[in-house]
Amino acid sequence: MVFEFLSDQSVQYALISGIAIALFCSTVGLFLVLRKFALFGDALAHTAFGGVAFGLFIGVYPLWAAYIVSILGALGLTKLRQRFDISGDAAVAILLTSGIAVGIILFSITDVDDHQLDDEHDVKQLNGIQNIEESHDEESHDEESHDEESHDEESHDEESHDEESHDEHDMNDFRDMKHAHDMEEFLFGSILQIKQENVITILILCVIILIILRIIYKKLLYATFSEEQAKVSGIPVEKINYLLIGMSGVAAVTSMQLVGVLLVSALFVIPNVSAMLYGRSFKQTITLSTSFSLFSVVMGIIIAIPFGIEPSGCIVLLAIGILIVSLIIKSTGIVKTTGFSPKVA
Amino acid sequence: MIVDIENLSVDYSGIKALDKISFGIAEGDFLGIIGPNGAGKSTLFRCMLGLHTGYDGTIKFFDKDIHESKKYLSQIGYVPQKPVIDKNFPATIREILAMSQHSNNPKKIDDALQKVWMHELADRRIGDLSVGQQQRVFIAKALVNSPKILVLDEPVTGIDMYNQDLFFQILGDLNKKEKISIIWSSHDLDAVERLANKVACLNKTLFFHGISEDFFSDEEMMKKYSETSMQMHMHHH
Repeated sequence: MVFEFLSDQSVQYALISGIAIALFCSTVGLFLVLRKFALFGDALAHTAFGGVAFGLFIGVYPLWAAYIVSILGALGLTKLRQRFDISGDAAVAILLTSGIAVGIILFSITDVDDHQLDDEHDVKQLNGIQNIEESHDEESHDEESHDEESHDEESHDEESHDEESHDEHDMNDFRDMKHAHDMEEFLFGSILQIKQENVITILILCVIILIILRIIYKKLLYATFSEEQAKVSGIPVEKINYLLIGMSGVAAVTSMQLVGVLLVSALFVIPNVSAMLYGRSFKQTITLSTSFSLFSVVMGIIIAIPFGIEPSGCIVLLAIGILIVSLIIKSTGIVKTTGFSPKVA
Repeated sequence: MIVDIENLSVDYSGIKALDKISFGIAEGDFLGIIGPNGAGKSTLFRCMLGLHTGYDGTIKFFDKDIHESKKYLSQIGYVPQKPVIDKNFPATIREILAMSQHSNNPKKIDDALQKVWMHELADRRIGDLSVGQQQRVFIAKALVNSPKILVLDEPVTGIDMYNQDLFFQILGDLNKKEKISIIWSSHDLDAVERLANKVACLNKTLFFHGISEDFFSDEEMMKKYSETSMQMHMHHH
């Protein structure tokens, strides 16, 4: 059967997580896009990368560290921005580059032994290499205790030294591989590695974010439309803004597992830009954006797996495909749309 | 008095923006606040609306100091100077009014739009309207919570004559028929003379506060206003 792979548990986990992530990224992202803060998600994801590295460095579960570091970083920068009147794009650049810089440094100095290795196979493999190393250490130690040194023994010594250095080389290779693998997972996403506990966490976060959005929807929309007027209406604009930043941080770190640090902003931005081409009202725009996002994520995973393509790239390319088709429809006037006019000749 | 301002002074990094302003607004007043650019009209509004809190003196709305509670804001409808609207903001006029409404009452939205003759365009996107139409939507938005006071900060800047006339007609009706008190800053002396029953002439300090006819019939005062405006104009250029 063509869709036999759908019965695979890891694919099912990927789809469930993907749907949840698509839902909250597109809704939170719409408010960021409307506030001309489209790349904020990207900045948060890059900060999260620094957070992941920090988690590995201090031996805390990397994702939790990422949540804390990216949310604290974003809130801190927002406070600084207000205090020193730093522009939005400059704030995004500061957050983005500092996150990635911290990540690179911490990844490079963190020893793989300290990494939180979830994969049993990796742990066994690593232990295996360590055992070999230890047994050879003992062997060479015993041999050193012998007073008599024969030619055979000498050659054996050399051999064992060769083996030892070879194993050490293997160990370093593995460490490098593990380092690269860890970094790659966070940079490009690892949706098929998602475990049951991750799925539950993602679903809970999704429900919490959607409930908060439902409760503060009117106030958030008003503060997005005009902060000054919202303040005059008695809306606690600062609190609402901090809440949006917090939700964006959670959304960015969570979606990092799906599409990776480098592509997070795609989920925040692209479906919303496409939806704004058609949406005649806010409700219509948010519905369209969510639909485009869900379509891209679900189809991206379904198409990518049988062809052995990386799902994250496939998801983003599908979202871009929808945007290109939308721009063509808009510019040729096939479907009458209002508002958002792309500068297409 | 529904608004009472006493000795209001504002200082921006050593530069006086307002200097010991005192005046009151009675229920049903249509107060035109006039003064040249940089006279402190917008600063006065920012203080009254709670957007600038670092001032000296007291501002009372409905006999309560605004530092004590922000509840007075629910009785105020505010129309800003220039609606800075993103053309691509994907919300309809109806949605704009709904988001600013404290309760959820669609009938009140229709009524408010009817008062500014915008009910037929209720489902259009806000960005698709002209500036004049957008400003009428902002009045409707200000009316949707049935305010006792409307505060308008130079609301007709950049609006064509036709829409300006419509705008003034709406304001006159709201003041006379709906009994809404209006505080309105403007450069347009003719319009202020025509509409306002009270005038406050401001240039960092308060030059005049009283009956509109008294101000406009006082040749000395008018001459002084023209000279000050000219000086400020020259200073700005």
